[in-house]
Amino acid sequence: MSLSLKNITRIVDGETWLSDINLTLEPGSFNVLLGRTRAGKTSLMRIMAGLDRPTSGQLFMNGVDVTGVPVRERNISMVYQQFINYPNLTVYENIASPLRLAKLSESVIRQRVQETAELLHIEPYLQRLPLQLSGGQQQRTAMARALVKESQIILFDEPLVNLDYKLREELRTELRSLFKERNCIAVYATTEPNEALALSGNTAVLHEGKLLQMGPTEQVYHKPLDIITAEMFSEPPINIVHGRVSDTEVTFDETVHFQLNSDLRHLTPGDYKFGVRASHVGLVPHADDDLELPVKVELAEISGSETFLHVKNPHFDLVLHLSGVHEYSVDKDIKIYFPTHKLYAFDTQGQLVHAPHRVGG
Amino acid sequence: MNKIENNKAWFLVLPVFILVAFSAIIPLMTVVNYSVQDIFDPSTRYFVGTEWFVQVMHDAELQAALLRQFVFSLTILSIEIPLGIGVALLMPTKGKAASLGLILVAIPLLIPWNVVGTIWQIYGRADIGLFGAALNAIGIEYNYASNPTHAWLTVVLMDVWHWTPLVALLCYSGLRAIPEMYYQAARIDKASRWAVFRYIQLPKLTNVLIIGVLLRFMDSFMIYTEPFVLTGGGPGNTTTFLSQSLVKQAIGQFDLGPAAAFSLVYFLIILLVCWLFYTIIMNMQNDKRG
Repeated sequence: MSLSLKNITRIVDGETWLSDINLTLEPGSFNVLLGRTRAGKTSLMRIMAGLDRPTSGQLFMNGVDVTGVPVRERNISMVYQQFINYPNLTVYENIASPLRLAKLSESVIRQRVQETAELLHIEPYLQRLPLQLSGGQQQRTAMARALVKESQIILFDEPLVNLDYKLREELRTELRSLFKERNCIAVYATTEPNEALALSGNTAVLHEGKLLQMGPTEQVYHKPLDIITAEMFSEPPINIVHGRVSDTEVTFDETVHFQLNSDLRHLTPGDYKFGVRASHVGLVPHADDDLELPVKVELAEISGSETFLHVKNPHFDLVLHLSGVHEYSVDKDIKIYFPTHKLYAFDTQGQLVHAPHRVGG
Repeated sequence: MNKIENNKAWFLVLPVFILVAFSAIIPLMTVVNYSVQDIFDPSTRYFVGTEWFVQVMHDAELQAALLRQFVFSLTILSIEIPLGIGVALLMPTKGKAASLGLILVAIPLLIPWNVVGTIWQIYGRADIGLFGAALNAIGIEYNYASNPTHAWLTVVLMDVWHWTPLVALLCYSGLRAIPEMYYQAARIDKASRWAVFRYIQLPKLTNVLIIGVLLRFMDSFMIYTEPFVLTGGGPGNTTTFLSQSLVKQAIGQFDLGPAAAFSLVYFLIILLVCWLFYTIIMNMQNDKRG
């Protein structure tokens, strides 16, 4: 049971929501749609579900064209950002509802509801109404309703956004293991790069209605094909510095020079944008040829037990991702070390021309 | 910490106290005062205790009016609530049609009560009214001025015409508040149109419906102007509701004592029904929230 999208375009009121999307999802795969708000994640899911029709393009299931087939005649499930349950039915009846509509026997229904409830740890609450549960339990109920009917495609539209941090991590981990043994296609939309990385599987990066890149999550992360993917798929966003490559050296913003090293030697002279991950810039040198830069502290942003240190020099701003909580006073002069071996280089069109070599590929 | 004790706070409460006294307590107490006295003229009055209350409770005419009142309120509720939900479900939801629909539905609500009475009085007339004459033309001998059943039907029809839009508008707003996701989820579940109504729309409408029922009950229980203009309570007493009886007694016959006693009973009935509704609503919500 594979799902493929061919040249899917959707135009609403003259505005292009999705433009020429080609995508194939294999059975048993977990696919993350990563993109900012209004990137087209929900629109794409609605087309996959059959809730909307594409303006042009086709949708195939196992090679059969299902573009015009309405949602009622497909076997899919969807979980939303809001906790959508039948308000006056108990948790048990909520989970049982798709099975009842499928006219299964009472004993089968009881068994399947019980199994699914156990899987999602909500079996103590089966006789309660959704509003008597916490947000996390309500969303578990909605997920149970989606999982119980064993659909071929399960769509998750930012399901964890409205939950608190701890619950989110917990459910995310469970979700991943829930799908390990299933042979359905899971599609999961999110705006958060960290969520995509935690869920692994495949990632498709969407931006302004276009599919930028699709592949195994680690591969998309380590080899973003263009600058937008690179910026979107890192938290904090990757640092971008304008630079020029000559025959012998690299110059950042006319002021900082360093020798062309073996990594970058294959670049033809010209203008480039260089990307360096926030976690690769350090306060101490990691290699002999790290570039020492004097900068001023602008802001130390503490997130969890990590610190995002925003620094600037007269020509560019950088963000450092440091582990541990650190306090820095504003305008303090510090030295940072810029790794010349961990640079991404993008051409003026924003296409990747060089990615750093990684140990072990 | 030193606690400063003085009585300044009483001055701050005073305005509210005065307002409540003049708007509720003093008028009500005046009525209570009337209800326990037999008044011949301002200087000749006798304390009669509960005599008026006993008389009012045994007054066959008032009992009949009370029964009529309950029958009327329950009739219009059982018509207006389902009809209002139906109209709300059929109203367009998008674009210019939605605004037009809202305006059309709201028009009856904008018409003053006595004008509504006048409209239906003329509209229903057997000789010159469009509605009455049309019915007679197709062979139905309709005449609300002489036939009690026709008078009743006309009063009910008038109220339904006048107030169903209120229920419809309340339900319309309730329906608009249901996120689109619920309908999508139902479609994905392959739920039928009836299931969507029964398990999504109706539960989500509960709160506005409670308000609708409460408002319509209170309002219809106090109905005065429209039947007064339309039938004057007739033919006979067949469309005389409680407030009309009260006005007849208090102003028509100037029986202040019994009228005051009756007002209090009337007030207590409304209070009791309010309390009943309130208790039921609270219990329902407690059931839901645990």
